[in-house]
Amino acid sequence: MIDVTDLTKRYGGRLAVDALSFRVEPGRVTGFLGPNGAGKSTTMRMIVGLDAPSGGVARVNGRVYREHRAPLREVGVLLEARALHPGRSARDHLRALAATHGIPARRVERAIDLVGLREVAGKRAGAYSLGMGQRLGIAAALLGDPSTVILDEPVNGLDPEGVLWVRTLLRGLAAEGRTVFLSSHLMSEMALTADHLVVIGRGRLIADLPVEELTRRAARDSVLVRTPDATTLRERLAGPGVAVASGARGELEVSGMTSAQIGAVARDHGLTLHELTPRRATLEEAFMELTRDAVEYEAVAA
Amino acid sequence: MSALARGSASAPAPAPAPAPARRAEGVTFPRVLRSEWIKLRSLRSTTLTLAAGLAAMVGMAVLVALVRNGQWDRMTVAQRQSVSVSYDVHVGGRFLGQLLIGVVGVLVVTGEYATGMIRATLAAVPRRLPVLAAKLTLLCALLLSTTLVASFAAWFAGSGIMSAHWSASLSDAGVLRAVIGQAVVLTATALLGASLGFLLRNTAAAIATLFGIVLVLPVVGQLWSAVAPYLPPNALESFALASVDAPALSPWAGLALFAGFTAVVLAGGIWTLLRKDA
Repeated sequence: MIDVTDLTKRYGGRLAVDALSFRVEPGRVTGFLGPNGAGKSTTMRMIVGLDAPSGGVARVNGRVYREHRAPLREVGVLLEARALHPGRSARDHLRALAATHGIPARRVERAIDLVGLREVAGKRAGAYSLGMGQRLGIAAALLGDPSTVILDEPVNGLDPEGVLWVRTLLRGLAAEGRTVFLSSHLMSEMALTADHLVVIGRGRLIADLPVEELTRRAARDSVLVRTPDATTLRERLAGPGVAVASGARGELEVSGMTSAQIGAVARDHGLTLHELTPRRATLEEAFMELTRDAVEYEAVAA
Repeated sequence: MSALARGSASAPAPAPAPAPARRAEGVTFPRVLRSEWIKLRSLRSTTLTLAAGLAAMVGMAVLVALVRNGQWDRMTVAQRQSVSVSYDVHVGGRFLGQLLIGVVGVLVVTGEYATGMIRATLAAVPRRLPVLAAKLTLLCALLLSTTLVASFAAWFAGSGIMSAHWSASLSDAGVLRAVIGQAVVLTATALLGASLGFLLRNTAAAIATLFGIVLVLPVVGQLWSAVAPYLPPNALESFALASVDAPALSPWAGLALFAGFTAVVLAGGIWTLLRKDA
């Protein structure tokens, strides 16, 4: 279990993490979602004691990380940036980490097998592909057989097979009753892997909700209308509970009415329609909607 | 069984109660020491630099001895008398070895910061200080033992080659201490390098600073003779000399001064390690 209370990180005058509070429960996969620069990595580094919070506290399994006598047994962590020496082999890297806790060599070999690095375990890690490096990072995270697993962008650089493998692995870990906390900036990946979501933007908590609830929110329908009489149609559609947004020239996006109702209004006023398409917002759009105000570096329209 | 024990993640199963042996798993200082030993010996960069440093100590001693032998016929009586086996062999051959072994000390620390390995290390040992203590203990033990062998090898090789013209024995006054002192000087330099590594967290900066201290400060001493004996590298050198003339510090006073200087740098390194984000 991970408990974050009023966690704050300040770099000079900039607040990277702003009084963040949430709890990550065991037995399910919790996704940590937010645009790039939202503070996900900083939060994760503070949870495992690599960065000191400017305020607040993060506890794992009831204690501040550094208070644990056997931290690798409590928490396995994969950080976004590679945390290994390229001149060392996977086996030596894992053995060195295992040695700090007295974890026996056979568990190192098992971890190597688990992530499928047997063939290259004796080679310098610097020669590994991005995906192999990620696998080695995951092996290091699982070395202590931890009850909590924290992974920063674990599928980065993995091929589709690797992505599927990580997804199955994480779901399996959660099913065993472990706490699984992983970050991503990709909603689509989260929708497939996570049960619960913690969404942040500009260091602040935006949402803490089950994936199903976000899916429900995303299901809000709208209808895309193309018509040469956009201005007139817009006036005729106006009414309580109806929202009309103008898109490109001659396009309207209408929510609060079905396509049949819009078609009827157009016929009643003798307006021409070129297109009438029901649209469902994707999860990606629901996520964008949720984080729109919080995107740190939004592309500026020319 | 756990995912690890099962060797596959596809079939979920209830987590078991930890076995008694597992409960004994945790961070202890001997374990951190063992981890650092695995790290040190598994990197070609550190082992090769150490080997080069040891080879340079012996090689330079042999070279210096051969050069002195070759100069014998052209030397005046006064010049012949001024040559000291222990001084020439050890000081003449020392600097290259000292720089290389100092770099070993730097690399053991900054190699982790440069690559990101430090994050894995400190996540495993979040109290951090045991990592620093283990690195310094390991450097001390490894470097003192290897440089001691190299220092005796250099002395015997050098004095053997020069024995036709100059006689020297380990039992001469101060010589044994100077030969052992050579190993102490090299190890102390590596500990300063490691301390600079913790303080600066950057290979180039730490090596440049170390070389500045070892090579440039003595030049300052030549320009300003009043402070010369108290400059850390000069003070340290006293410990590797068989006989020291005033105003240079005595061997033990010199070693103490250098140790104090290193302790100040190390204190800064400890502060950086404990207070700064990794």
